[in-house]
Amino acid sequence: MKTLSEKKFILLTATLLVLCFLSIIISTGMGYISITATDIFRVLAAKISGNPDLQSGIESTIPYVIMDVRLPRILTASLVGAGLAISGVIYQGILLNPLADPYTLGISSGAAFGASIALLANLSMLGQFSIPVFAFTGAIITLMVVMYLSTFNGQISANTLILSGVIVGAILSAGISFLKYIADEQVAVIIFWLMGSFVSATWKGVMLVGLALIFGMIVTLFYGRDLNIMSLGRRSSDALGVETAKVRIILLLTASMVTAICVAVTGIIGFIGLIIPHLMRFFVGPDNRKLLPVSALAGAILLLAADTVTRAILPVEVPIGVLTALIGGPFFCVIFRKKQRGSSYE
Amino acid sequence: MNKTTLFKTDGVSFTYDVTPVLQDINLNLQVGKFYGIVGPNGCGKTTLLDLLIGSRSAASGNILLRDKPIQTYNRRSLARILALVPQEFDTGFGFTVEEIVLMGRHPYIERFGSPSPADWDAVEKAMSLIGITELRKRYINTLSGGQKQRTIVARALAQNTSVLLFDEATSSLDIKYTLHIFNIGRQLVQEGKTVIAVIHNLNLAAAYCDDIIFMKDGTIQLAGPTAETLTPKTIADIFDVEANVTQDPFNHSLQVSFQYSTEI
Repeated sequence: MKTLSEKKFILLTATLLVLCFLSIIISTGMGYISITATDIFRVLAAKISGNPDLQSGIESTIPYVIMDVRLPRILTASLVGAGLAISGVIYQGILLNPLADPYTLGISSGAAFGASIALLANLSMLGQFSIPVFAFTGAIITLMVVMYLSTFNGQISANTLILSGVIVGAILSAGISFLKYIADEQVAVIIFWLMGSFVSATWKGVMLVGLALIFGMIVTLFYGRDLNIMSLGRRSSDALGVETAKVRIILLLTASMVTAICVAVTGIIGFIGLIIPHLMRFFVGPDNRKLLPVSALAGAILLLAADTVTRAILPVEVPIGVLTALIGGPFFCVIFRKKQRGSSYE
Repeated sequence: MNKTTLFKTDGVSFTYDVTPVLQDINLNLQVGKFYGIVGPNGCGKTTLLDLLIGSRSAASGNILLRDKPIQTYNRRSLARILALVPQEFDTGFGFTVEEIVLMGRHPYIERFGSPSPADWDAVEKAMSLIGITELRKRYINTLSGGQKQRTIVARALAQNTSVLLFDEATSSLDIKYTLHIFNIGRQLVQEGKTVIAVIHNLNLAAAYCDDIIFMKDGTIQLAGPTAETLTPKTIADIFDVEANVTQDPFNHSLQVSFQYSTEI
């Protein structure tokens, strides 16, 4: 009865998996020094098996370039792309608003504000982690304020969440402008951080985002069917046996945590969380249990491709956040127009 | 305690912030009856239904469902006893009619399970009873208001519960489908199920309900068998309009006619 759409889903997932793997290998080979796929596999095999003979004959700098320079950055880009995409799926599902994305609730502004303070005060008490820690704290405090503002009678409504998010986000943006104004010499550092970057990616960052992503995927798949039913509105989902209030808060916290970690590690990268769920909904429909895995894969591929373009193809490295907005913005306009024309997808 | 008591509420009240919405609600609803809840706009009918399905909690008082406090049930087990047909219905993203009706089986399907043949059977039955089988592959947001509403009724039927609650479920339907849904409700009551329906149309209430609960300003003004409670005096008290209640020779039930006036 459902075989056709099931087949389509499996085919799409498999294709995206292969594409994701290929993008990682191809982009590892691209850059100032180009490396062949064979060499990449030999270096990886040597690392995994712990047998250095497998990479004999390869120039001695190559393993360093692959393992310490390119792979951390490439994996960070992929994982952050996946994380932002699944957060987008969750926010759009809970807020019942197709325009919702990881930044709708002001989370990014909170993170940016936290990071700006750390940059301005030149805080380094936590070493290389001081900026991510401040960004994460900013994001979580913002989330708590937004949730407090939108809770009435113990219920959180989707509309008040979006409104509170926009208001808090606007206040924080003004705060960031003020910090930039008084920053003087550090202003360039703040601006560059705000535009997002993978330049300083590390294996620790990869681990951190990877763990957040796995946790987020498990929680969301666990509540996948509940999230589908919640799109009918609270009264209906309550009556169908979904603990709507509880699931809403759990998923909101999960998505926000994934977003906060992504933003803390890389800065602000827009549009991935908005476009990917929309695009994937064209292919697999509204079922969140299918939407989540394919969105994660597509998000990983898209952000990695964008990062590879700016890293290895463009003559000057354009900040990744600028690039995704430049590609994503017009693309979103196209989707928006299509939707308004009243196609069967909403 | 009477074995056939379904709901018993005792001094139930509810407030939004500080505004009281329901006050001192005492009800005793029996299994196997068709109940109508009637009253002016904003008198708390929908809130009462929300309390009965456990979607909101009473500020004070007790609600017993099958002799047990309603808060002792989890939502999943409540959804196997009670099904709601809400009035408003919006879905952000386009599911098909079939998928929406299948959602009625949610309380029966394990978290990582797939729908069983019994689940699909219930979906098929509900769709064919409501007459929407041919719409099954249509996206819900491409349907008319009436088709959407019928899909939601089918979803509630697929839930296969012994109690159905309608919140003005037929307000967007034409007369043919309205009667169709009410006839299904009547049929379910004859099979021993219970229907609790918020109804605006007094003639429908008169024709289908065993008992009517009249509400005004968050309180129950009167509740009892239709023949005893549906009188010109009650209608005047509740709605502030002049009406006559007669036995109709054509449909053999009580019918209400109103005094029309050109005065404003």
